[in-house]
Amino acid sequence: MASIDTRAGTHPHPVIHPVWVRLTHWINAFAMLVMIGSGWEIYNASPLFGFRFPGSITLGGWLAGALLWHFAAMWLLAVNGIIYVALGLATGRFRTKLLPINPGEVIADTKAALTFRLAHDDLSKYNSVQRLLYAGIIAVGVTIVLSGLAIWKPVQLQTQAAIFGGYDTARYVHFFCMAAIVGFLVVHILLAMIVPKSLRAMITGR
Amino acid sequence: MPRTRTIIPGVDKKLLIKDAAKLLPDPTRRLLLRGGLSLGALAVLGGCDIVDSDAAEGVLRKISKFNDGVQALLFNPNALAPEYPESKITRPFPFNGYYAEDEAPEVDGKTYKLEVGGMIDNKEPWTLDQLYALPQVSQITRHVCVEGWSASGSWQGVQLSEFLKRIGADTRAKYVWFQCAEGYSNTIDMPTALHPQTQLSFKFDNQILPRKYGFPMKCRIPTKLGFKNPKYIAAIYVQNNDAGGYWENQGYNWFSGL
Repeated sequence: MASIDTRAGTHPHPVIHPVWVRLTHWINAFAMLVMIGSGWEIYNASPLFGFRFPGSITLGGWLAGALLWHFAAMWLLAVNGIIYVALGLATGRFRTKLLPINPGEVIADTKAALTFRLAHDDLSKYNSVQRLLYAGIIAVGVTIVLSGLAIWKPVQLQTQAAIFGGYDTARYVHFFCMAAIVGFLVVHILLAMIVPKSLRAMITGR
Repeated sequence: MPRTRTIIPGVDKKLLIKDAAKLLPDPTRRLLLRGGLSLGALAVLGGCDIVDSDAAEGVLRKISKFNDGVQALLFNPNALAPEYPESKITRPFPFNGYYAEDEAPEVDGKTYKLEVGGMIDNKEPWTLDQLYALPQVSQITRHVCVEGWSASGSWQGVQLSEFLKRIGADTRAKYVWFQCAEGYSNTIDMPTALHPQTQLSFKFDNQILPRKYGFPMKCRIPTKLGFKNPKYIAAIYVQNNDAGGYWENQGYNWFSGL
């Protein structure tokens, strides 16, 4: 459907994000907020570092509530994530949109972005910084799910837990993946606000 | 935030007790969503009151029930929890409960009798001497708390499966229900009860179980979260109905397998 629209070329804006990308994107956004908010409350029960997250920004109210949210939203996150990755691979979107990632171009584009000289004329093509960040965040997403499974089932999935350095270390991996995702979110939302047409594209597709 | 003295990395003794106190049932508190709806992002997504607290709680509890089933399927009766060398034992092993250490139950070993009941042949209660005479096994395994921290401990006692055999338990029953001296309780699934590492523990680190670790008896289940390892056990019932448990009834996941 999307490809016909693009080829017809009658519409002033070609479809950049097919409907499956937009759907999985927003479902993921919701699932991630629930996972992060409840994850912070779970973290608070036994902090890894010398701080706790303020209760006003956590989800669940107390540990049991947070765990119920976390282990409910995980299904949404996992099923949606599997559909996204499967379609990304099957349709060739990952290959054409995210590859190749050239280190030289990443450095050049980062400089351009920081001096506000990075062009966003063609939203259908990701610049090198976007490619690196999007590919990277997919890898982080896979890692946070695998480390989460290792924490949830350190006996049944003990080989997987061992790969993450055991139960206790897997908790740190899970935490740092969360931190990377939150860091990504800050930049991602900031950039979407600076380039509003990119937000429009993720809603209308064009 | 200033860090107080820790027992093991990531665990703060005072906070443990405080957390436990905070987790005490409070009838005036809405179980799941106290403060939860102020999560700004959710409010932005759907308006300020997108989730009716009771409805959400109902759905979440249903999903938790579904997760019990998933975990029962994932449970491999032959998969053993990793065991560790003595050097890995966490010392001192943390005390944990919803009460302070000096409020832990004091059970008199001389008059103690373990009550057994339900779908079993022999309902004679057991004295401690009789229990100590049972064949003993030992394990050094990781205790994983629902709060996230973990600690390795050394436990000695009889396999629960062996004990169930001695009392002529019908192992086709679905559950084993533990009642404890302080009013705590747990129900576990029969496959977990029959797991080779599920142990009625009389000793910690080869010493008679001290009061703080559950004298006279704890059920050590290394395939379940810590709160599913009852201490100060007073009675064991084999039955087909799920009698729930202290924390499970308040919203913690019932199966809580590792």
